[in-house]
Amino acid sequence: MAKRSLTPFLWFLFGGGGMVSAMLFPVHILLFGLAFPLGMLEAPGYEWLHALVVHPITRLYLFVFILLPLFHAAHRIRYTAYDLFRVQPSLHQPIAVVCYGAALAGTLAAGYTLLTIS
Amino acid sequence: MSNPSLAPTRELKLYRRPISFWWWLDRPAYFKFVVRELTCLFVGAFAILTLLQVRAVGEGPEAYAAFAAMLASPAGIGFSVLAFLAAVYHTVTWFPAVQTTIVLRVGEQRVPGSVITGAHMAGWLVVSVVVAYIVLRG
Repeated sequence: MAKRSLTPFLWFLFGGGGMVSAMLFPVHILLFGLAFPLGMLEAPGYEWLHALVVHPITRLYLFVFILLPLFHAAHRIRYTAYDLFRVQPSLHQPIAVVCYGAALAGTLAAGYTLLTIS
Repeated sequence: MSNPSLAPTRELKLYRRPISFWWWLDRPAYFKFVVRELTCLFVGAFAILTLLQVRAVGEGPEAYAAFAAMLASPAGIGFSVLAFLAAVYHTVTWFPAVQTTIVLRVGEQRVPGSVITGAHMAGWLVVSVVVAYIVLRG
């Protein structure tokens, strides 16, 4: 059986997640994490946020917003763990499985939440 | 004549030079590399935080108020400050890296990397303004 490498697919997720988080995370953190809690800007009302979140386009946006950066983080944690802790090669695969498995679990949770939210 | 370089390799034992855990403090370039990679901890954490935010919105106004109060606590603000710095550092290191992965040609000329990075930076600004505009419209 020809074994097809997952590597290109994982790199696509890593790259896509790098791009999504680079473009979108600073403004999200600035607004929801700093500007609203610190009163620098008036926070939008609950009704508006709810209307936004349940909109189909926003659901898709949020799914991509969570999915790709999770795999981006998993990929970097994997290789940083190899480099930083100089783990022996026999542990490389288990670490990869844990990292991508956690990202997959988060993705499934996000998918479930975004499909069932009302 | 036996040639030592053709000696059987099965007895070869690779010598792995011991390297300190702190190798990444040896040079500024190593340090910046590790910091850049570790920004992903905040990226991952904020992705999960956003999932929790969405859940809170789905659960109703009280749940969302509790979520917002958590973000406004000293720990929440501390996290956001670090996450914001990490996210911006990720952004300003990501776009220069992108130019090494994209080969864009106009006619015979390859578009310079600085133009590709600059376009991403401009796109970042535009996208940020659009997101802020939509969120703040409420």
